[in-house]
Amino acid sequence: MGEDIQLMKGNEAIAEAAIRFGVDAYFGYPITPQSEIIEYLAYEDPYNKRTGMVVIQAESEIAAINMVYGAAACGKKAMTSSSSPGISLKQEAISYMVGAELPGLIVNVVRGGPGLGTIQPSQADYFQSVKGGGHGDYNMIVLAPSTVQEQYDHVGLGFELAFKYRNPVMILSDGAIGQMMEKVTLTPQLPRENKILDWATTGKTPDRERNYITSLYLDPEVQENHNIKLQAKFQRMKDTEVRYEEIMTDDAEYIIVAYGISARISQTVITMARKNGIKLGLLRPITLFPFPSKRLFELSDSLKGILCVEMSAGQMIEDVELAVRCKIPVYHYGRMGGGVTSSTEVFEKFVSLFLK
Amino acid sequence: MSDIETYKKELLAQGAKKIFTKTKNLTDTPFSYCGGCGHGVVHRLIMEVVEELNITHDTIGIAPVGCTAIAYEFMNIDMQQAAHGRAPALATGIKRTMPDKYVFTYQGDGDLAAIGTGETIHACNRGENIAIFFVNNGIYGMTGGQMAPTTLPGMVSSTSPYGRNMDTHGYPLSLTELVAKLPGTYYVTRQSVHTPANVRKCKKAIQTAFENQKLNKGLSFVEIVSNCNSGWKMTPVESNKWMEENMFRSYPLGDIKLPQ
Amino acid sequence: MAKARGFVEFNTEACKGCELCVKACPFDVLDMNHLVNGKGYHFSYMKNYDQCTGCASCAMVCPDVVITVYKVK
Ligand SMILES: Cc1ncc(C[n+]2csc(CCOP(=O)(O)OP(=O)(O)O)c2C)c(N)n1
Ligand code: SF4
Ligand code: SF4
Ligand code: SF4
Repeated sequence: MGEDIQLMKGNEAIAEAAIRFGVDAYFGYPITPQSEIIEYLAYEDPYNKRTGMVVIQAESEIAAINMVYGAAACGKKAMTSSSSPGISLKQEAISYMVGAELPGLIVNVVRGGPGLGTIQPSQADYFQSVKGGGHGDYNMIVLAPSTVQEQYDHVGLGFELAFKYRNPVMILSDGAIGQMMEKVTLTPQLPRENKILDWATTGKTPDRERNYITSLYLDPEVQENHNIKLQAKFQRMKDTEVRYEEIMTDDAEYIIVAYGISARISQTVITMARKNGIKLGLLRPITLFPFPSKRLFELSDSLKGILCVEMSAGQMIEDVELAVRCKIPVYHYGRMGGGVTSSTEVFEKFVSLFLK
Repeated sequence: MSDIETYKKELLAQGAKKIFTKTKNLTDTPFSYCGGCGHGVVHRLIMEVVEELNITHDTIGIAPVGCTAIAYEFMNIDMQQAAHGRAPALATGIKRTMPDKYVFTYQGDGDLAAIGTGETIHACNRGENIAIFFVNNGIYGMTGGQMAPTTLPGMVSSTSPYGRNMDTHGYPLSLTELVAKLPGTYYVTRQSVHTPANVRKCKKAIQTAFENQKLNKGLSFVEIVSNCNSGWKMTPVESNKWMEENMFRSYPLGDIKLPQ
Repeated sequence: MAKARGFVEFNTEACKGCELCVKACPFDVLDMNHLVNGKGYHFSYMKNYDQCTGCASCAMVCPDVVITVYKVK
């Protein structure tokens, strides 16, 4: 049997992946540029026609993420997707999910802000995603796909990590990758698992104590111990889940650090630079939390400078500067209008910053 | 032996049987609620019904934000704690992915009728096969007696210190009558737990709300008008009297929507 | 017809002294003790114990599930 390859939009890949990876439920609310996810699911009607996966258009993003909470607390694979303003609305519940140690997948197909902003692609939700976003001391694993294939794969990976750590996982995509069409190799249909997890609220059977899911710890000592436990979990993520891709970093004197759509553009910049005899490489973080700080620190010994390309005023650059402890110059280049910069623009900027 | 102990012995000898005691569906943890607060009775009734219907192993409850945020400390069943107002969304997530379970939310008036209005109305409107138990005490108990959407006209609270003024504070909101109009609700009733007779009626209503979930015909909504004697700054006995004289005028007891 | 007879027992340490049971008893059986329990509440007790019918009215309204009821059938 040949490989199952299809031409798909980035958003559709997420929706198809949800069905194929045996997700139990999707709850969403329309917002550009990601409405294709819920539209695709509505059309496919997996509840009746494929796997029995529940699909609900909720009354708001707040309701949608709280439906995820309810299903996740029963041990179900539940997910939601939205774009920036909608993700802002979900922050309270994401904080609750971390506090209550619930797995779940949240997809953010980022658009420009602040406010209603623009429906054009952006990467300005970096801080919100990797630094917590809601209230309290917390993190979640943030995956940054840069191809439609990765959009697809990260759904599977996201749930694997979410259940491994009992913590929500975010896919931080953007309007450009969500809307672009590429070939995707699809994986075989996995069954929905219907597993009874020992911590989940599936009904108290006589053979066990009741399970309750909560993020409320009124006693300061108990709350602190809970936080210590959560922090240890975030540390474990940092120790084991860092993912990144390196392109031509072996002999590089300079590198670009970029993720998602900016990494694709930067790849062309690398080619341009190499043609001009400039030893430029690329480090593309695939996990934004945990961030590849250690690798950047190692690389920094042999580098003369780093350019961070992000479609924002410069957010990830703070993590890059921290990673290299300001040993070498780190500059930012990006656009903030919601929209993608050109590789020529980035190349010229690189030359003017480092080589003039 | 004291007279009373002798008397008890005598009755036991005549075959006196235990006819009422605490249900095993309540934990040994004493309620943290103020003395005389109706929350305790409502907790007990829900847990008794779950025990009597023999659905303990199939029931999932949701605690709100409010005085009863820690209801899971007392209810000896699987439970989830929700963000303020979001319990009906959690319930939707549970019931849709586990349709064979019995799912209920337990919510106060601030939780259900203010911050959670959207979730409440839409869960009702979708006809989710769940039960909502809505304890209306006309005030925010947990946070210290602020005005709620259900606070009565003229009623003093810490954020309506001169009494609720409809010109500036708006009118008391009865979500119960509102949701009864939605085709997604199957059973809507208003009860209280301040007298033995009312407690017995309320228990029947709670039982109906659970039994309805077997029928798949829509949402059961049980409002329980209750006291918040601390917030109202009255003794429990006074507060129940005040409730009869004032709350029941705005929130009359009885069935609002019965199965056709 | 002979009057039904019964008695009640209290988990006195759980009583919060709200007096709702005293009000609810149709036969004036209950009253508040002048003593207090471990938490400092006056607690309910059977003052006129031989008047109790085991009707459970007190137990119905008790918010803290303090009362257990016995009845001769
Ligand atoms: C998002 C959010 N806003 C506000 C609060 C603070 N808060 C806690 S309980 C409560 C009101 C609860 O009142 P009600 O629902 O009537 O329940 P009661 O305590 O009276 O039983 C408020 C405003 C909160 N916890 N979360
Ligand atoms: S504050 Fe009011 S609602 Fe809360 S426990 Fe006390 S009496 Fe009950
Ligand atoms: S059982 Fe009835 S008669 Fe006896 S104390 Fe309670 S309310 Fe009074
Ligand atoms: S109703 Fe219960 S808590 Fe209140 S006084 Fe009587 S026994 Fe005590």
